[in-house]
Amino acid sequence: MTVDVRAGTSVAGGIGQRAIRPDGIAKVRGEYAFSGDLWAEDMLWGQALRSPHPSARIRAIDISPALAINGVHAVLTGADIPVNRYGLEHRDQPVLADDIVRYTGEPVAVVAADHPETARRACAAIVVDYEILVPLVDPEHAIDAPPMHPDGNVFRDLIIRRGDDDARGPIAVEGTYEIGMQDQAFMGPEAGLATPTSGGGVDLVVSTQWLHNDRDQIAECLGLAPALVQLSLGGVGGAFGAREDVSLHVHACLLATRTGRPVKIVYSRAESFLGHVHRHPARIWMRHTARPDGEIVSFESRILLDGGAYRSSSYHVTANAACFAAGPYRVPNARVHAIAVRTNNPPCGAMRGFGVVQSCFAHEAQMDLLAAACEIDPVELRLRNALAPGDELLTGQRIEGTLPVAEVIRACAALPLPDPAVDDVLARPGGAGRTADAVDVRRGVGFALGFKNLMYAEGYMDGSVARCRIDAGVVTITCAAAEVGQGFVTLVQQIARTVLEVDDVIVAPADTAIGSAGSTSASRQTMMSGGAVEQACRAARAELETRATSDPDAGGTNPGLIDIVALTTDRPIDVTEEFNHRLTHPLDADGQGDAHVSFACAAHRAVVDVDPELGLVRVVHLATAQDVGRVLNPLQVTGQIEGGIAQGVGLAVMEELIVQDGHVRNASFTDYLIPTALDAPTVEATLIEEPEPGAPFGAKGVGEPPTISSTPAIVAAIRAATGAPCTRVPVRPRDLM
Amino acid sequence: MSEIYVLRVNGEEHAVADAWSGESLLYVLRERLGFPGAKSGCEQGECGSCSVLVDGVLVCACLVLAASAVETEIVTVEGLQPAERGEMSDVQRAFVETGAVQCGFCTPGLIMAVHALLDHDPDPSDLVVREAISGNLCRCTGYGRILEAVEVATRRRSGGPGSGVGARGVSGPEVVAE
Ligand code: FES
Ligand code: FES
Repeated sequence: MTVDVRAGTSVAGGIGQRAIRPDGIAKVRGEYAFSGDLWAEDMLWGQALRSPHPSARIRAIDISPALAINGVHAVLTGADIPVNRYGLEHRDQPVLADDIVRYTGEPVAVVAADHPETARRACAAIVVDYEILVPLVDPEHAIDAPPMHPDGNVFRDLIIRRGDDDARGPIAVEGTYEIGMQDQAFMGPEAGLATPTSGGGVDLVVSTQWLHNDRDQIAECLGLAPALVQLSLGGVGGAFGAREDVSLHVHACLLATRTGRPVKIVYSRAESFLGHVHRHPARIWMRHTARPDGEIVSFESRILLDGGAYRSSSYHVTANAACFAAGPYRVPNARVHAIAVRTNNPPCGAMRGFGVVQSCFAHEAQMDLLAAACEIDPVELRLRNALAPGDELLTGQRIEGTLPVAEVIRACAALPLPDPAVDDVLARPGGAGRTADAVDVRRGVGFALGFKNLMYAEGYMDGSVARCRIDAGVVTITCAAAEVGQGFVTLVQQIARTVLEVDDVIVAPADTAIGSAGSTSASRQTMMSGGAVEQACRAARAELETRATSDPDAGGTNPGLIDIVALTTDRPIDVTEEFNHRLTHPLDADGQGDAHVSFACAAHRAVVDVDPELGLVRVVHLATAQDVGRVLNPLQVTGQIEGGIAQGVGLAVMEELIVQDGHVRNASFTDYLIPTALDAPTVEATLIEEPEPGAPFGAKGVGEPPTISSTPAIVAAIRAATGAPCTRVPVRPRDLM
Repeated sequence: MSEIYVLRVNGEEHAVADAWSGESLLYVLRERLGFPGAKSGCEQGECGSCSVLVDGVLVCACLVLAASAVETEIVTVEGLQPAERGEMSDVQRAFVETGAVQCGFCTPGLIMAVHALLDHDPDPSDLVVREAISGNLCRCTGYGRILEAVEVATRRRSGGPGSGVGARGVSGPEVVAE
């Protein structure tokens, strides 16, 4: 191709510009159809009955009282599921519990009725005879306890060994850290509408992160050929990892095929908290040794992750927690032991930052301890140990692409500090409701650094498919990548405008009629599906140029003068392309291997105001420098950074699902608090552009790094303000005493 | 099931027949009257995604019994803008242009809250804006672009030099090395 797309920023709405979302107008007008907004003639409402016990044997289920209720059309139990097993990576989870329930909230039966209230009453009428068992809720005990599932209690036991086991420096710091269970808490609860099709199949419109993986699991459970199950993306009200696993999908499809009518299921907020996976709670021990000048000599860590009742993505969360356990620092000698276990707690899986959030909180606390022990400025200590391209990770993998660790540290540290606290009650910790006295408020500043892999790892053969069709000059791009709010649809238009030099680009709805785009996770869609869209557009562009050379009236050999309408009228161009990243490899017995595709780093500096006596914290300001490869859309990058930081604020000071004896105690927005506009700090961001080789336009995924090191930066600032050790997040008022 | 009652939504009367009397205004708007713009994020008055105006007052439609809203003037997000396709109110336009919309689930509720704010206080300070929208949870944006949108809409209403869109909080992109 002769087009230099790196110069494509001259195209209005192209790469690098503040392009506006194509779905923005519909969203502000209230016209955008979220999956919960769907409606069909004759539609029924589905509702699941969930286990009130974390561990029990089902002796019997009597559905007859539910069936007797006027308006109830179907009541199904595990015995009605053709193949009663599903799972994102490993099929270990029943669609409806058949003999044993393993967590509170596990679905036991589903109902279809003509009104949602009727469906709820029908669920309440089902009689389940449970033999209550003692739940296994301590992850440490789970390692050796009798297996609570035929597949055992250990999801993964991973050891990473690097360098000399006995090497030690003269300075040592160690600590044990805890991370509570965070919830993705997207705003649009799980929802879907299933419609039976002629020929015994089913169509499902659903909010998800990965249509094709859902489709395959649904087809398996229903005992149908995949071609009989068609999925389309309903409007998705946020995801953050929680929509990677199947939730209501099989329930809705089965109810639809059984009743012969469309069935809609919408979760309540409480059901949403019980019905999707969470961020793994973790207990992490670390010991660093270093030379007096701060250079790290050795690193040891043990990481224990509570995966809850079913595997979901625990296997790969473990790898991430372990591979990036030391942070973006040069570590010549290391031993890491990471274990994820099965318990009767709620299942845990993917959430933004995927295993690295937990490790980063621990390693950044350690780096501050090390700085204090060596009497070196914490920012300087990080600079002295910063990884750079050419260095090796804990896994022995050499960093091949870009990774400007020292640059993000310097750029973040150089950002101006905010003004001193303004004297307004609303600006104080606790706000107007629980006012701290101005004299008691102490300000603290903290710094943290993190990095993470982009894309799937450990030899996974990843790809994404996109189609570019040009018909009479009208460009339509089709890709099954799930738009979950992040703005992939904007990017599709920007890429197509830049490569094809057109103004208008139609983004077709995402469904399973085209090949898989993979999951909207692991910060992978910008590279994978962005790459597929770019490749398809380039192929279409090549065809346009070929046609033009043989048609002097439509541009001839001058690419700038191509008449796209003339060249595609009555003979559309239609190309489908697949993008793949370079191969990766599994980790060996010592946790060594070229397992990751690409990396991104970020630094955060937090400023907090704390009233230690009242235990109140206000996160005032977050400065950040982030490695983005190349900015494709400044508006959207900023949105990802600010949104990711807000979730980091949540984990630092307020968000935790409280689980006692296997019961979630705060499954509501009344009790599970997420940051409001009064809790969100002002964010000052600097974007570091070092184009990543092999990535479309050099761009890296930007969604995860903001969530990773923002939390430890805030907690470091709280420690600076109070002197309290704060080894656990979220930091509670009692931790500040 | 109750008898028929009538709700006045966006200036027009709508009869609600055969409804269960326990239904919330949110349910009736969304499921019976075809106004899905108000969203259901919690049904507990905590998230603000269901915000509508009842007699000019911002309320959570999930907390109002539909049958109790008879003889009131209800305005939903669908009633804010000119009906023509693609037209927007000033607040809606500012949201789109500043990147205040990601998944958009919180957006209709926030648009209602910001209209209610600016109609009463044409020049709110940053803290007043934060307080006014603190009943509307957004999980995607971290509120930065939303605050920017409110600033832009405020400037435009006051006719000040505000038609441009700034870049609050972002320095760069700067190229550190290439
Ligand atoms: S749905 Fe009404 S406040 Fe959340
Ligand atoms: S944009 Fe997704 S919740 Fe606000």
